[in-house]
Amino acid sequence: MENPNYIIDVVDATVRFNKATERVDSMKEYVIKLLKKELMYQEFLALKNINFKVKQGESWGLVGTNGSGKSTLLKLICGILKPYKGSVTVKGSMAPLIELGAGFDGELTARENIFLNGALLGHSEKYMKEHFEEIVEFAELQEFMDMPIKNYSSGMSARLGFAVATMARPDILICDEVLSVGDYKFQEKCEKRMQEMLQKGTTLLYVSHSKEAVEKICEKALWLDKGEIKMCGDAKEVCAKYMGQ
Amino acid sequence: MEMMKKRWQVFYDYRHLVKQLVIKDIKLKYRRSFLGYLWSILNPLLLMLVLVIVFSHMFRFNIENYPAYLIIGQTLFNFMTESTNQALVSISANSSLLKKVYVPKYIFTLSKVTSSLINLLFAMGAMLIVFIATRIQISVYMLFIPVIIIEIYIFCLGFGLFLAQAAVFFRDLQYIYGVVTTAWMYLTPIFYPLQQLPEVVQKVIMICNPMCNYITQFRTVVLEGQLPNIGSVVWGIGIGGIFMIIGTWSFLRNQDKFILYI
Repeated sequence: MENPNYIIDVVDATVRFNKATERVDSMKEYVIKLLKKELMYQEFLALKNINFKVKQGESWGLVGTNGSGKSTLLKLICGILKPYKGSVTVKGSMAPLIELGAGFDGELTARENIFLNGALLGHSEKYMKEHFEEIVEFAELQEFMDMPIKNYSSGMSARLGFAVATMARPDILICDEVLSVGDYKFQEKCEKRMQEMLQKGTTLLYVSHSKEAVEKICEKALWLDKGEIKMCGDAKEVCAKYMGQ
Repeated sequence: MEMMKKRWQVFYDYRHLVKQLVIKDIKLKYRRSFLGYLWSILNPLLLMLVLVIVFSHMFRFNIENYPAYLIIGQTLFNFMTESTNQALVSISANSSLLKKVYVPKYIFTLSKVTSSLINLLFAMGAMLIVFIATRIQISVYMLFIPVIIIEIYIFCLGFGLFLAQAAVFFRDLQYIYGVVTTAWMYLTPIFYPLQQLPEVVQKVIMICNPMCNYITQFRTVVLEGQLPNIGSVVWGIGIGGIFMIIGTWSFLRNQDKFILYI
């Protein structure tokens, strides 16, 4: 069934969440509910029967309203979530940027955090040492390297996070609306780096609420609505439909 | 078999992460304290001093070289409590990270138990000071100590994995576990001699309480200058292995469900 051309292959995937526990106030109620087999969580399907195939080197933009399942789809591809039904196959290395600097520890200094975050992405200490200068330079944070991250502004830690994650030139880059905190100049710099990576054959998945950004960076787009695919195809067409609804 | 090989490969790929997490724990533990790492040695020494004063004046036990007897039990038991307590919260404490990046989840439990092991090695510096101060004969049998430490480490890791996965589903475990370890402490001959208990209880404790077994092995090596009996070593490794199997099995079985509960 596997098609060798696809670097990401999501087949008929459904993701189920437990929305909330029902309030059970007394022991009696608990037993009754247990006997009636009602003691289940309320189910909520974040994604319903999604089919999504990506070839190597493609750039996809994901659009949709809040809660439409964009991040869930990315998490599914990263392997953080497992599909309730269906399957997900991914080949190649990944740089997950669901949130920049997710692995940062506020108490550690930026220098120590670079190594920690690098290790989270699977790099060795030696490798990180070799690329340390490159990261610092890209983030433009030379003066603040020995400051604990808790004193960083959100923009500063976003810079550092992006610099660490994109340094390795992964096969697949996943961005979830992360660049919005950076200043204009840095956003441009990030876009430039993403373009560079695309030219070198990296596959990009990009979530954004900005139509311009998606049209600029991505060739193709996927429109999700309430966990279902509403439209899938050329970025300009999908964006125009999405905005025009 | 293929599965095992793949798992092993994944673990190997993430060895740097384990290292970084352990370094992080150790660095942060004493950051901004004046004496820093010295506390790892000072703390057990001071604690021992308090217990020696209490138990040599208020409740007397007829034990030769009481300070050394006490610090062995205290240090090893402390390692067990620290590592399992840390392991217990290792998944929920890293929940924000686990929601954002894919990392094999046992890495967090493993690194917590391992950083406790490093703390144990520091604390063994305190032990050494007591051994020298009380003029304990250095014997070749002390080379057996690493084996005992490995036995405890395996036991704690297995138990920790079990607790970590259980705590995701039953948060209450965090609160009840403190009571369990206190009870466990009194059931372990840390400050009293095992011989003081009725013979039947002695046997039961020796078999059912692995900590008692490990501490006794350690004391045999250091205080009596001989190898522990082979039966207790085999059982010590065996029970460690059993816990490791239960821990790994329950953890792997439930790990995909974690994300829905954290």
